Amino acid sequence: MNTSFLMHLHSGVLAQIHATVPVPRDIPLPLPAPEWLLVTLLVVSFLLHILFVNLIVGGSILTLVYEIRGRREPRYDALAHELARTITVNKSLAVVLGVAPLLSINVLYTIYFYTANALTGTAWMMLIPMIILTFLLLYSHKYSWEKLRNQKGLHIAMIASAVALLLIIPLVFLANINLMLFPDKWLAVKGFFSSLALPNVFPRYAHFLCASLAVTGLFLVWYVGRAKFDMAARLPDFEKNALRKHFYALAFGASTAQFTIGPVVLLTLPERGVSVRMVATIVLGAAIALPALWYMWKEITSTEGNVGKHLYKVAGLFSLVVVAMATGRHLYREESLADHQEQMRQKTAAFEAASVKALQKRMIALGKQHPVVHNMTAAKARALAVNDCTTCHDPVAWNEEMQAPPMSYLAARLDLSPSAGAGGSPGETVFLQNCAACHAVDKKLVGPSLAEIAPLYANNAKGIVAWAKAPGKKRTDFPQMPAFAHLSQKELEAVALYMLQTGQK
Amino acid sequence: MDLPIFHIDWLNNRFLIGIIAVLHVLINHPLAVGGIAFVSTLEWWGHKTDDKRWDDLAYKIMTTFFVITTTVGAMTGVGIWFSAGLVNPIAIGSLIRVFYWGWFSEWIVFVTEVVLILIYYLTWKSWSTQGAAKKRSHIRLGFGLAAASWLTMVIIVAILGFMMDPGTWLRDKSFFSAFLNPAYLPQLAFRTPIAMMMAGGTGLFLILFFTRHDKEFRKKALRAIALWQLCWSPLAFAGALWYANIIPSTMIANLSVANTTQHFTEWYSIVKQLILYVILSGMALALWATLKPQWYPRALYVIPFIGFLFLLGHFERVREFIRKPFAIGNYLYSNGFRAQDYPLLQQDGMLKHLTYASTRSITPENKIGVGKELFMAACSRCHTINGINSITSNLEAMYGKDKPWVVEDIATYFVAMHKTRTFMPPFPGNAEERKAIAAYLVWLQTHRDEAEPAQSYGVEIPQQTQSGTAAQY
Repeated sequence: MNTSFLMHLHSGVLAQIHATVPVPRDIPLPLPAPEWLLVTLLVVSFLLHILFVNLIVGGSILTLVYEIRGRREPRYDALAHELARTITVNKSLAVVLGVAPLLSINVLYTIYFYTANALTGTAWMMLIPMIILTFLLLYSHKYSWEKLRNQKGLHIAMIASAVALLLIIPLVFLANINLMLFPDKWLAVKGFFSSLALPNVFPRYAHFLCASLAVTGLFLVWYVGRAKFDMAARLPDFEKNALRKHFYALAFGASTAQFTIGPVVLLTLPERGVSVRMVATIVLGAAIALPALWYMWKEITSTEGNVGKHLYKVAGLFSLVVVAMATGRHLYREESLADHQEQMRQKTAAFEAASVKALQKRMIALGKQHPVVHNMTAAKARALAVNDCTTCHDPVAWNEEMQAPPMSYLAARLDLSPSAGAGGSPGETVFLQNCAACHAVDKKLVGPSLAEIAPLYANNAKGIVAWAKAPGKKRTDFPQMPAFAHLSQKELEAVALYMLQTGQK
Repeated sequence: MDLPIFHIDWLNNRFLIGIIAVLHVLINHPLAVGGIAFVSTLEWWGHKTDDKRWDDLAYKIMTTFFVITTTVGAMTGVGIWFSAGLVNPIAIGSLIRVFYWGWFSEWIVFVTEVVLILIYYLTWKSWSTQGAAKKRSHIRLGFGLAAASWLTMVIIVAILGFMMDPGTWLRDKSFFSAFLNPAYLPQLAFRTPIAMMMAGGTGLFLILFFTRHDKEFRKKALRAIALWQLCWSPLAFAGALWYANIIPSTMIANLSVANTTQHFTEWYSIVKQLILYVILSGMALALWATLKPQWYPRALYVIPFIGFLFLLGHFERVREFIRKPFAIGNYLYSNGFRAQDYPLLQQDGMLKHLTYASTRSITPENKIGVGKELFMAACSRCHTINGINSITSNLEAMYGKDKPWVVEDIATYFVAMHKTRTFMPPFPGNAEERKAIAAYLVWLQTHRDEAEPAQSYGVEIPQQTQSGTAAQY
């Protein structure tokens, strides 16, 4: 890293930062892979994750609706039971598939993501118990179907509670992903609920719920249509084609609604990230949805027996729609954060340069053991410039061609005491850095004063050394002293003499 | 830490991560890593002896394991990330930048594991009725799943070992050197049989419920599980010895601050004794149950279960503790500040460089308020104002409850804090800031105050002119 270049760069840039937008520093470590690869992994793994999330949310809502309807029409109770079996499988896949996008968003949007998490922290942390509770409710609901047949109210309450939770959980995720994109709103947010007031949250939420119903509808068209699915045994009171048309109609209705909700989502987006290529990608996605709708309509109105012959075309087209939408979403993210990311990069670089400079100054000041610096006069050591050190030390990273470790690595091995180097004699230095926290010359701080200690150990410096290595507890009204066995014998002897001299005065 | 400060004052932030992480390990070791191998063995035994009761028992135990691992087990795993991302985002963010591919490969094993566990559990009843060949495939599937579950541990232990081995971490920053970490194989050799024994311990506990109506079979099951425990215990013992012998040399070599050794020695002797007691008593109980199942008292069905939970909980808690004062060895302190940035922060003060602060300068009027902000930035990852490990209780223990505390005394204490409390990082600010925090703490002795964390109160940045921002560096 060329630090002098960075020093030069920062001065002009920081002035541009607007005073009401916080610009934090990034984590100064490189990305683990090229950005395009991480972005592709993020988008693809997120789509897989959200597919199963849609199936849990849509599936649970439908289960609830069918089970309630089943109180009057028993065949819907059987349908609800069938559906409930699929949800718990989908939920396990949704969780495990969520790990990869979580990793990728952590690495790509590190500071943005963590800031949004912290600002909505209570709700964000509550996601864990809420999701656990939801899953346990879903299992109890599924496995108690026969047992609670005569307590339908209780049984429906279980799935109703799970649905209520499933309506809250995506809202928390959505609020986070949304807040992450708008650093200019960070100062205005006071907790999760105020993050909901940002534009775009509820239109996106409606968009998501509709998508859940559409995806679940299509999934069920496939699920009950499989050759392996024994209609006669499992759903004897339904006719396969009619049922598939029913699910198609659900998917069709939900998808058509997206044509109203979608534009609202687009229009409520803050303008900064809206670009021609992003809108074009979204519109292209919507256009691909049209033939899918047309095929679905053909299936719903078909009078022939074999409903479902266009299913794979519909699913294929919808996959393209989703990829286009996710790409558009990513383009928006990129565009809306571009300026802020640039400001953050520059601030991070400027801080890094300042950090290395201060570190070097400290190292020179402490350079007594340094093979080169300790031979210099004090004036010459002070005059050392960054470039003099970087011939042997890389400022930040390990570099096999360098003779010595990087400065960042040496940092933790330096004495990082705020007052390192103070003290007239060696004994006083050790005292100030280790003992002064609890012992003063003539008053009790945490431990007894030197004036009190000195007479007790008169002419017995060795006694102090022994005590400091393994302190006991003599005084009931004082906290126990920690051991100082990590100090060298020489240091301990020096400090003991200093204590005796100072305490006797 | 230079990000919006998430803080749970009543609970303590480290405690939040701790509860979730320990819960995760306590589920994951016995019910997933060891549990699947245990259940598959029971299923195999039932098939071999052609006794349906074994199959029923195995299925019931598997149902319990399945429901718990796919709910609490899976979500506490995610919860570790969530809580770490809130409490020390700089640490977890840095680790992910470096270990991304390690975690990514872990994710692929996770996906395999979840898909296999779904197939294994959901096909159990139908495959069992389709003849012996199909049943054998099911049992093979079970052992394949057991291998996948174990593989998740193989990778995560490498990542854990790597995080504790700062030398290698800083030097090559590559994932594969984790496998060269000398503590890696012993740790795996220790955790594997412990997970197997814990699975047996959990099984022992569960047969109390699942064999309620068949007391004769209960004795048989007890004996079989005890035999399982006995088979694994020599391995657990050997693994523990190997691990115990290798920790001091590798760990002490890695501890940058030699004085952490003190705490390490204490921890080491406790853990060594615990391992010895738990494994030996586990062995003794298993031997008793194998030889004289009819005399085995009911209470002892529960004891091994609790013993192992206690051992592992303690082991993980202290393993985390000895990493202090660092979150990432030699690189990042547990307060979220990099070691490298200390000279700058001590020279300029934190206030100048914090993104979120109400002001850039300390005045006599704002001293208490700014002291609180600095306390939140520098101390709140481990300390609370009024909750667990509260700073007021710590100060009471040091300076007394009734005597008035003195700003100068506390400010002086900060200078050598990391030398007397070797698990604490050095103070990351300048002298003025030491005094401001001390002033706030002294004020706390006579005033009740609440933390105002970012998750409820949001954040602020200083009111300043644009040129004022530029003058920062």
